[in-house]
Amino acid sequence: MAVKAVSAAGDDAKFIAGGTNILDLMKEGVESPTQLIDISRLNLTQIRSTTTGISIGALAKNTDTANHPLVRQGYPLLTQAILAGASAQIRNMATNGGNLLQRTRCPYFYDVSMPCNKRQPGSGCGAIEGINRNHAIFGWSDKCIAVHPSDMCIALAALDAVVKVQGADGKERSVPFAEFHRLPGDSPEKDNNLQHGELVTAIEIPKSNFAANSYYLKVRDRASYAFALVSVAAALDLNGNTIKQARIAMGGVAHKPWRATEAEKLLVGKAASEENFAAAADAEMKAAKPFEHNKFKVELGERAIVHALRRAANLKAA
Amino acid sequence: MTKALEDNDLVGTEVRSDEERLLDELGIFGESRRKFLGQASTTAFSILAYQVIAEQKALAFSETVSPESYETLENAVKVAFKVNGAAKSLEVDSRMTLLDALRERLGLTGSKKGCDHGQCGACTVIVDGRRMLSCLTLAAQCEGRDVLTIEGLAKGSELHPMQAAFIKHDGFQCGFCTPGQICSAVALTDEARNGELSYVTTDVRQKPRPVQLSDEEIRERMSGNLCRCGAYPNIVDAIREVHTGKPTDPLAMSRSAQKEEIDATV
Repeated sequence: MAVKAVSAAGDDAKFIAGGTNILDLMKEGVESPTQLIDISRLNLTQIRSTTTGISIGALAKNTDTANHPLVRQGYPLLTQAILAGASAQIRNMATNGGNLLQRTRCPYFYDVSMPCNKRQPGSGCGAIEGINRNHAIFGWSDKCIAVHPSDMCIALAALDAVVKVQGADGKERSVPFAEFHRLPGDSPEKDNNLQHGELVTAIEIPKSNFAANSYYLKVRDRASYAFALVSVAAALDLNGNTIKQARIAMGGVAHKPWRATEAEKLLVGKAASEENFAAAADAEMKAAKPFEHNKFKVELGERAIVHALRRAANLKAA
Repeated sequence: MTKALEDNDLVGTEVRSDEERLLDELGIFGESRRKFLGQASTTAFSILAYQVIAEQKALAFSETVSPESYETLENAVKVAFKVNGAAKSLEVDSRMTLLDALRERLGLTGSKKGCDHGQCGACTVIVDGRRMLSCLTLAAQCEGRDVLTIEGLAKGSELHPMQAAFIKHDGFQCGFCTPGQICSAVALTDEARNGELSYVTTDVRQKPRPVQLSDEEIRERMSGNLCRCGAYPNIVDAIREVHTGKPTDPLAMSRSAQKEEIDATV
């Protein structure tokens, strides 16, 4: 019904759940929906194990998700990533579905007196030649260099989550996490591949052997309550000291959660050692294309990958 | 011309009709009206009222709408919820935040509008047992909710232990962030009792059980409440005392905090 209501109310109608991002954007004049459909009381809050892994309701709160015994025990990377984001108050309000859909905190997107192709397509990008310290070093386009703001999503990307989506016709579809968010290309106004009126109903995470060796590292200007300059979700499946599988996703570096696939490939079959971590991080960060004010993110990213992998493997600092 | 108020609490307090009109204009009704009158002696009433008007005029970003004139509201939404244990029924603009409803409609001005963007925590209230930001909550979404604000923490004249600890440890200077800090801290102690985690908790995979919070944990868990005066060390002292239940000497605490700081910078 909620899905139909948003579809029927026209292109400028939106869902509201926790409201932590949409209300802020409305106060700033960045978003001006004609109608808000309150979905916060829909029964989509369950967190349960399934035959293939775990299913997390889209309307479960971030706090409840991070602290759920199934998540703590089986997916501690997700717990850590959620707890690295925002504040206790905001995590108590914010839902999982809303977390996926939160918009960039690029200051040019937020300042309605500035050009921004994401906010107003065709108006230009204030950040490319502006203060771009917090901006992307991977996957950007000449239309937009904003970064994706979520921590939770970085862990979900590393864990190969699947997003369950319901359309206005009532049909459900499954979107692999890597295909949920998008790179800016020529249409940065689209953060993700949802159609208007589609509703995120749940997030599914497959079973894995990463629980014993994972770590979410967030590097930011303040010790807490700040968006990431760079973050790394690292997960290892170890056989003794040999890496069977590695998953690395980065936040603060691209328009979507950035999977460090180069680094992952290099680590498979290798020993979990400082040297191998450094070589993998170096290979990944070689492709970075920074701007005037964010060159530091290349070295920071490299070090952050090594540090996160070291913590995941329980290695002592070199 | 005077007329006695019906309320028993106010036996002996008399209000002139022009003063009644003034309170109506201010939108001060019911409980808040009684509180207001309780605080104002009859002789000082007019002066106090005019000060309040001046303040409201200076501070009011949104028009104060009294319940009798809600036909002027666009997109009016009816909402019934509990505030500090008392049932409240309001008709609000659908865009009105809980913070504005508390402050402008219910006269509960303890919750503060700091940034109004969810970045400072001054508006923190406890909704259904959980700390939340009232500036990023729509009043219209609060149907049936149980809201606890700073005004509802004390039992009569007996302060909540967290309020008493903030005073004892000097956990504030200007006081603007304090209601939010205290509401946040009260909820924090419950969260620790429930075994909830934070980003600095080392063993995430442990089974949920009550946790003893280190100072690092308290700081991380309070990071959503900013204090521009920088009363942080004293705020941590106050919260630690309530959380552990062990009374501490504020002077000794501040000396050890200074030492810790010096050690950390060496």
